[in-house]
Amino acid sequence: MPVNFMPSGTDLFRFMPEIILTLAGTLVMVLEPLRPRGNRGLIYAFSLVALFAAMAASVLSFSDPGAAFQKMLIIDGFATFFRVLVIAVGILTVLSSHQYLGQEKAESGEYYALVMFSIVGQCVMVSANELIMLFIGLEVSSIATYILAGYLRDDKRNNESALKYFLLGSFATAFLLYGISWIYGLTGYTNLDEIRRVLSTPELRPSVAMTGAAAALMFVGFAFKISAAPFQVWAPDVYQGAPAPVSAFMSAGPKAAGFAIFLRVFMTAFQPIADRWEPIVWISALLTMVIGNFAALQQTNIKRLLAYSSIAHAGYVLVAVTSHSEVGTSAAMFYLASYAFMNIGAFAVVTYFSRKGEKYLAVEDLAGLGQRQPGTALLFTVFLLSLIGVPLTGGFFAKFYVFKAALDSNLIWLSVLALLNSAVGAYYYLRIIVVMYMHEPGAACDNLPPLPAGIRATLWSAAVVTVLLGIFPSLVLDFAGRSVGFVR
Amino acid sequence: MMLNLVLFLPLLGFLAVLLLPKETARLGSLLVSLAVFVLSLGLIGPVLDSPAAYSFVTDNIWISSPQIHYHLGIDGLSLWLVILSTFLTPICILASWNSIQKRVKEFFALLLLLEFGVIGVFISLDLFLFYVFFEVSLVPMFLLIGVWGHDKRIYAAVKFFLYTLTGSLLMLGAMIFLYNRGGTFDYVMLLEMLRNGKLALSSTEQFWLFMAFFLAFAIKVPLFPLHTWLPDAHGEAPTAGSIMLASVMLKMGTYGLVRFNLPMFPSASRANAGWIVALAIIGIIYGALVAMVQPNMKRLVAYSSVSHLGFVVLGIFSFNQIGLDGAVYQMLNHGISTGALFLIVGFLYERRHSLEIKDYGGVATLAPQLATVFMVAMLASVGLPTLNNFVGEFLVLQGAALVDFKWAVFAAVGVILSAVYMLWMYQRTFFGDASDEVKHHMPDLTAREWAISIPLLVMMIWMGMGSGGFLAPIGASNSATLLQTKRNVDFQVKTTPSVLAQSGEIKHAR
Repeated sequence: MPVNFMPSGTDLFRFMPEIILTLAGTLVMVLEPLRPRGNRGLIYAFSLVALFAAMAASVLSFSDPGAAFQKMLIIDGFATFFRVLVIAVGILTVLSSHQYLGQEKAESGEYYALVMFSIVGQCVMVSANELIMLFIGLEVSSIATYILAGYLRDDKRNNESALKYFLLGSFATAFLLYGISWIYGLTGYTNLDEIRRVLSTPELRPSVAMTGAAAALMFVGFAFKISAAPFQVWAPDVYQGAPAPVSAFMSAGPKAAGFAIFLRVFMTAFQPIADRWEPIVWISALLTMVIGNFAALQQTNIKRLLAYSSIAHAGYVLVAVTSHSEVGTSAAMFYLASYAFMNIGAFAVVTYFSRKGEKYLAVEDLAGLGQRQPGTALLFTVFLLSLIGVPLTGGFFAKFYVFKAALDSNLIWLSVLALLNSAVGAYYYLRIIVVMYMHEPGAACDNLPPLPAGIRATLWSAAVVTVLLGIFPSLVLDFAGRSVGFVR
Repeated sequence: MMLNLVLFLPLLGFLAVLLLPKETARLGSLLVSLAVFVLSLGLIGPVLDSPAAYSFVTDNIWISSPQIHYHLGIDGLSLWLVILSTFLTPICILASWNSIQKRVKEFFALLLLLEFGVIGVFISLDLFLFYVFFEVSLVPMFLLIGVWGHDKRIYAAVKFFLYTLTGSLLMLGAMIFLYNRGGTFDYVMLLEMLRNGKLALSSTEQFWLFMAFFLAFAIKVPLFPLHTWLPDAHGEAPTAGSIMLASVMLKMGTYGLVRFNLPMFPSASRANAGWIVALAIIGIIYGALVAMVQPNMKRLVAYSSVSHLGFVVLGIFSFNQIGLDGAVYQMLNHGISTGALFLIVGFLYERRHSLEIKDYGGVATLAPQLATVFMVAMLASVGLPTLNNFVGEFLVLQGAALVDFKWAVFAAVGVILSAVYMLWMYQRTFFGDASDEVKHHMPDLTAREWAISIPLLVMMIWMGMGSGGFLAPIGASNSATLLQTKRNVDFQVKTTPSVLAQSGEIKHAR
């Protein structure tokens, strides 16, 4: 059968965001030595423009949804949702990094290029319709992120973080790849729809035990990426060691993309064996929430605290995944979107407050921020309340939809435990609010520099989105609800 | 429209006070709260005309999927509670006029935000909307206690927040369960469906749903043994915080019991009434006994609240018109008289900067006006006839006696004990010899203090003498509630089996 391997115009149009970002990233690398000396802002501005262009391209490409490159990629509502999300995360990361890199004397084009490459990888991941594409996307994203985690190469903590992330990450990816090869061996396909067809046709179906084992291997790989228990151990060390804006990026972008592929693979390819994997995800969800929340209670370092909280939040999303329904999927999508914004906002405050060399990272250092910088403290409070899940913030509706999805699927015990977990979680976020407003200002709050423009923009846009999602959740949820059609 | 204005004016005031310069914060928030109060008086007329139905109804779709309505309305049950909130907010603002010196703007803004939250709680007719306001009102109170409170303020604030949050999260779970069964969060629609049998809950389901709602409200009330956050929160809160907490926020719990638990889960409510009443009576006596030995005035008043709120719960779970009317009336009475007690304790604290009873003595000779005002409030709280609490306590006791005379006997012990601890505190504080510190720091009431005390005193006497006018709308909406609880029980027994095929309980009975 003659196959035309030349990409068509439609293929390229649907692939436009990735093309734009790849070109922009490469251009930044090539042109960096040529830029006029001392003009650091140029690359920063160029990256922002490229990211906005990519976002526009992903929105545009949704005007003509469908598959691309022999069904290797699929541009549907789900892919578009996550593409826009990860690119938005990229924009906020770039905005909050500029000043940070300047103060660490480490601003160079490769940082921005790596952020863009990582986003390319995530975009490929979320639109992959096939296991090999998915793997390539994951690797592109991960390798760029490994380097970002160790970006300040003279800093010990950065090196530790990057090395840990890289070693454990490649180990986990090996599991994923092994799982993929099993699936290929069992079904003869890497395309998700074909796998699903084979698994749901009784005559073709391979042994359930073997399929289950393959799914379990892939789960290990995914669970690592989304820091789900028992594969979450790397997250606190890596988040703590990496530069603060990179931690923000890792907790939002790659995590959202990781969940996207997890959802897509388990909800399409492995949907026929859902009753087999549901108990495993159930246990993992519960463990993730409990470990994240209870470990966060003990933390005094704010980056580490946010790292554990990010594990706990992955647990709530897993609750939505456990329900393996359309409602659950859209709940997970909404959760990831609102979590991305509130968490980047919180990390942006940390980026700003920790100052050169990330000196001020203890929770106690924030004492009196409410008096010294009422505006920043107020925005931080909005993010923290949203992380707790107080109404009128995005975090509340995110939790609400997750619980609703779980109850819809009759996961009553899991939702009760998740509800109680979020009460535990309230404590450590409240502690930050308490320190900011109710303690007398300490030395760390003296000589705070004025809020840099980039961080200001990050904080305000993240806060506006957080509140907007808390008052009009339908804006995002309706789209998410419409785009989960890939399930059937 | 009017009701929306009463609800949102405080929110606008909150934003305005935050944005305006610091010097205008006091006056600005006072004007806003007075305007809200005056507007809220306009709600009375139409509600009195049809107290059992909802007036000023606004019903729009807020979120399309899952369908959440922005559904507001006010009836005889919520009317006085809304007015109580709007009445007490300006009093709280005036009470904090001089005592709040740090972060002035934020303090007054948060009081307005709190007002927004509590009004919203009382007028929401959508479960989800109710939950939103229930939680939103936590945040300003948390900050009021934590930033402007006394020494152990942070511990108290965090304890308060976590206690309430835990209970209410389980309630949220129950609400979602109801939504999944009934397809709506709308309270009115859910009641209608329960009434006509479209939504039938098995007795197990009813029990767990009842418990989830009950736990959230019992923590808020607070019912013994869930009351431990209350003395801390009250003891550490600033005066205005204590007043709003005791007078309005505790009522959110008892209001929730009457509004949601009774009509929505009638058989579970009746089945569980026994142990709830037992806890209420334990609370009445235990609260009074512990109040007796408190060395700290605020904690004393706080424990007296545990005791008084026990009466309210007792009245609610007596399941008769008299008891329920008394319970709702007692919510208002407690709001007025305990609010007044906290206010005057606040006056004393501003003068002497101590809450310990042993630091006082002989105040009556130095500040006779203050002593008089305190005495009236105290007698009201004790339940002296012609003052407000007497009416409520009497009705509750009568209602309880109709069910079981023993209940009334035990509860009456609480009334006696309340006279003991109040009078004893009064004696130690106001009589005897004044120490030097007291002598130098005890001016009599100022004009501002009179201005905030008089409305409270007037209300105590008015509600004690003219209770009929207040009770009429309460009674009308309560009889509708009671009817609903009976209807629902009857329905489970009488209706044809075919409709009830899905209800496991009925199958079992056959």
